[in-house]
Amino acid sequence: MITKPTAVVTGLGIAAPNGLGIEDYWASILEGRSGIGRITRFVPDAYPAILAGELPDFDGADHLPDRLLPQTDRVTQIALTITDWALGDATLDPAAVPEYEMGVVTASGSGGFEFGQRELENLWSKGPGHVSAYQSFAWFYAVNTGQISIRHGMRGPSGVLVTEQAGGLDALAQARRNIRSGAKYMIAGGVDASLCPWGWAAVASGGRLSRSQDPEQAYRPFAPDADGSVAGEGGALLVVEELETATARGVPRMYGEIAGYAATFDPRPGSGRASGLLRAIDLALTDAQLAPRDVDVVFADGAGLPTRDLDEAQAVAAVFGPHSIPVTVPKTMTGRLNAGSGALDVATALLALRDGVIPPTTNVPPPPARLGVDLVVGGPRRRPLATALVLARGEGGFNAALIVRAPR
Amino acid sequence: MSDVSIDDLFRVFAEGAGRVELGQLVSDLMDTPFSVIGYDSLAMLETASRLEREYGVTLSDADVNDAKTPRLLLQLVNAAQTR
Repeated sequence: MITKPTAVVTGLGIAAPNGLGIEDYWASILEGRSGIGRITRFVPDAYPAILAGELPDFDGADHLPDRLLPQTDRVTQIALTITDWALGDATLDPAAVPEYEMGVVTASGSGGFEFGQRELENLWSKGPGHVSAYQSFAWFYAVNTGQISIRHGMRGPSGVLVTEQAGGLDALAQARRNIRSGAKYMIAGGVDASLCPWGWAAVASGGRLSRSQDPEQAYRPFAPDADGSVAGEGGALLVVEELETATARGVPRMYGEIAGYAATFDPRPGSGRASGLLRAIDLALTDAQLAPRDVDVVFADGAGLPTRDLDEAQAVAAVFGPHSIPVTVPKTMTGRLNAGSGALDVATALLALRDGVIPPTTNVPPPPARLGVDLVVGGPRRRPLATALVLARGEGGFNAALIVRAPR
Repeated sequence: MSDVSIDDLFRVFAEGAGRVELGQLVSDLMDTPFSVIGYDSLAMLETASRLEREYGVTLSDADVNDAKTPRLLLQLVNAAQTR
């Protein structure tokens, strides 16, 4: 039997509203410390939602060469910075690797909103001669992949996924495909950051955000009276590499293997047919050659909308049995980060496997028994963990399920 | 109208396209190609646009493209000023 190359994660770069960097973020998550609060980057009172997860004290100028600042949106500055952190964590020096052996796959839901907003201001207040030449690419969904590739000379198989909240998982799965096709190293994951007036006009008009002004009440997935979620900025980028390569170069650690994945699409709204989430979970298990009993924890999408939460609870219960597997939504402490969330959840799941602890879902009581969800509330739950399932659902019908397994 | 100086030029570059570390280039900066200094074609485009605004000149894309060094770009801008 010919075995496919195995894709393992060897480095994590994390920027979350409740922590920058692996240990800062992970300590917050285990302590139940939230990064959600009233928006400070602009005055949000005119919008239907005034809460968000903002990165604490992130300034691109602290982390990047000056040459990159005028040509990048905040989202790209975050992406470039956490790429450095992931490479450092993996002790991978791209300058020492042939450039066609490394690729980049990122997911983006919004592109560079704030940059575009500033150039529109220049256009209408000063005239077309004042619009930055860098507007040509700085707003674009593909810009994170492009800038990472250019900066580090990563010219191997690369791409961009745009599937809203599901994108972070889709990008990591694409990285695995590229590893299986011969790439040695991939930077993969997702980042979004559109906390500016123009970006917020789009995000807040989607009808999915809670109108609550209380950071502890605004995002409560699986609560019967949940009324939406909170949006945030940030995400995660991971170093994914081929197992034998990682072993040969003596990496400091392998967080785990990307063991299974599937993506499905929901039927037309109003069709009466079941959502595609259950099928995504089944297909991901099949892809990983695992049975439901082999999975130790589910990182749920946790939309915070009762019909969506019910659909997710039913899919998880149908596969694993009611109340049969711990489920958690640590993004109650960060908000939903669009394409950033799936990748951040995978990073969180890998840290959970590393330390044998399931991070909590904050701000929610135990869900009603009828949902059949064993939600981890009230604090972290310690137990040995080998395998985690991460779910992410993107607005518009995208479902993704990704399975990570601790190194064997 | 006073001539645009090399310091002016690099200030405008820094404002539009970011500062670069000049290091040992400084000794022969006037004749070092922008591509070596670290400014690519988009940096040239953005800087030309800013020079036009600040000094009230008009620069053709073709002329800017041919001005591969600080000396040549300064000659171009200062000639345009006297027109």
